[in-house]
Amino acid sequence: MLVNILYKLVYTQCLKKVNGLEQKEIELLKLLEKNGRLDTETIGKMIDETPEKVEEMIAKLEKEHAILGYSTLVDWSSVYEYEGVAALIDVKVTPVRGVGFDKIASRIYRFPEVKAVYLMSGAYDLSVSVEGKTMMEVSRFVSEKLSTLDTVISTTTHFILKKYKHDGIIFEDDDDDKRMMVTP
Amino acid sequence: MSSKYLAKQVQDLKPSGIRKFFDLASKMENVVSLGVGEPDFVTPWNVIEASYHSLEQGYTAYTANAGLLELREAITDYLDEYFSVSYNAEDQVLVTVGASQAIDIALRALLNPGDEVIIVEPCFVAYSSAVILAGGVPVTVSATSDNAFKVTAEQIEAAVTDKTKAIVLCSPNNPTGAVLNAQELSEISEVLCKHDIIAISDEIYAELSYDEKATSLAEVKGMKERTILISGFSKSFAMTGWRLGYAAGPTEIIQAMTKIHQYTIMCAPTMAQHGALEALRNGRDSVNDMTTSYRQRRNFVVKALNEMGLSCHLPGGAFYVFPSIKATGMTSEEFAEKLLEEEQVAVVPGNVFGESGEGYIRCSYATSIKQLDEAMKRMSRFVEKHIQ
Repeated sequence: MLVNILYKLVYTQCLKKVNGLEQKEIELLKLLEKNGRLDTETIGKMIDETPEKVEEMIAKLEKEHAILGYSTLVDWSSVYEYEGVAALIDVKVTPVRGVGFDKIASRIYRFPEVKAVYLMSGAYDLSVSVEGKTMMEVSRFVSEKLSTLDTVISTTTHFILKKYKHDGIIFEDDDDDKRMMVTP
Repeated sequence: MSSKYLAKQVQDLKPSGIRKFFDLASKMENVVSLGVGEPDFVTPWNVIEASYHSLEQGYTAYTANAGLLELREAITDYLDEYFSVSYNAEDQVLVTVGASQAIDIALRALLNPGDEVIIVEPCFVAYSSAVILAGGVPVTVSATSDNAFKVTAEQIEAAVTDKTKAIVLCSPNNPTGAVLNAQELSEISEVLCKHDIIAISDEIYAELSYDEKATSLAEVKGMKERTILISGFSKSFAMTGWRLGYAAGPTEIIQAMTKIHQYTIMCAPTMAQHGALEALRNGRDSVNDMTTSYRQRRNFVVKALNEMGLSCHLPGGAFYVFPSIKATGMTSEEFAEKLLEEEQVAVVPGNVFGESGEGYIRCSYATSIKQLDEAMKRMSRFVEKHIQ
């Protein structure tokens, strides 16, 4: 087990990183991470750059794969007939010589039902987040696709009953301004 | 009931001009308010949780008059680390009900009837009234836009008389956001030392400094012995409603203030003190995140205001900008009232912060960027219509 953890740690350290980013690029990343819809003109004013320069910075960060995409956090549970089912699955696997966990991870993350895959330290190896229309659909994916993969030793499926917070956003947040209108 | 029963000095106090705009704005709908003098962030959760925990543990009784010793020690550690000024937690720090109470009792501890206190305007609305209520006479000096709203040593020198006892300074400033740097404070300190004047230094916005670290007046050579450093948790930790501030200064003055505090307040709220302790111990990251956000909003608002034709300095701190509205030919009050009426944007007219604020408005950027963007769009439309 310990060897397994060490291997994972060393392995993670070796991952390619985007180095040497300017402070303003970090600021830009943090702004976009919080709100992908901020327009370049607004960002420009906030970080004291022209909108053109912001476009250029974004293009560079996209090219360097520091920015991988833009998405919207949707609370599907509030959309009738689209509520869906989500599960987190703990997966134990046998790492393969030479490619470690990467190969098996890529076998798993290519399934469109799989929304996220993480290599974990601790009691299991991969944490797999899966979404489907029904519980049956997710169960079928686990039993037919995931657990039948050669290197998968075991799976433990946890269905998500309610989402309170995701990616830093609280689902039922009360965002009323509780301050008085004008104060000294 | 007749007002004949009321004390004369209270009858003579002018009601705060802010109240009028509060009344106007709160009757309207769809208002975007840039009139709020407090953070839009909610207090960091770890602070709230620590306060809950203290209540669960049964810490519901009074604390020492001067505040929990642990909290006073955390305050002295913080002042030492952040400003390099060292105080003794036992007798040189007093935990108060907001910085406002610290200002009030500092004045009451210092003033004899008729003593003069120099107030630098534009400033927080309470200073002059607090001086009057303490039996003193406020003497105002105007910081003007020619010097980026920074008061100069010469201006202070010119206001000194043989009755001058103290000065109230606030840097970073509400409402202008102006920050006095080490050199400017050092020049002012020479005048204060020369005339043996006590400084009440309101440093409540010190952590909200965006271009360089703020200097405390107490850090300046020769000033620690004559400075009452006043600060608190309201602005930097988003804890306005907790009402928790503090004063640090020379033993005799802090002890005199503690005497007044003991007879009038007993002690600051215990659960708020436990929250503040957590804020100082583990709140740095939250303060840094909020400061980054304020800096970005400041840049955004200053750019937008200048683009629409309202000339505006880039202030170094606090969360206010103080643009000139002279290009519209309106008075501050006219501008604020019309803007509220026509575009439903609430700002505070500059004159409520002192006569030298006439021709300016205070816009708080302690509001989300989405709201600020909307406010700037509405104001731009308004200015375009009224600019001369």
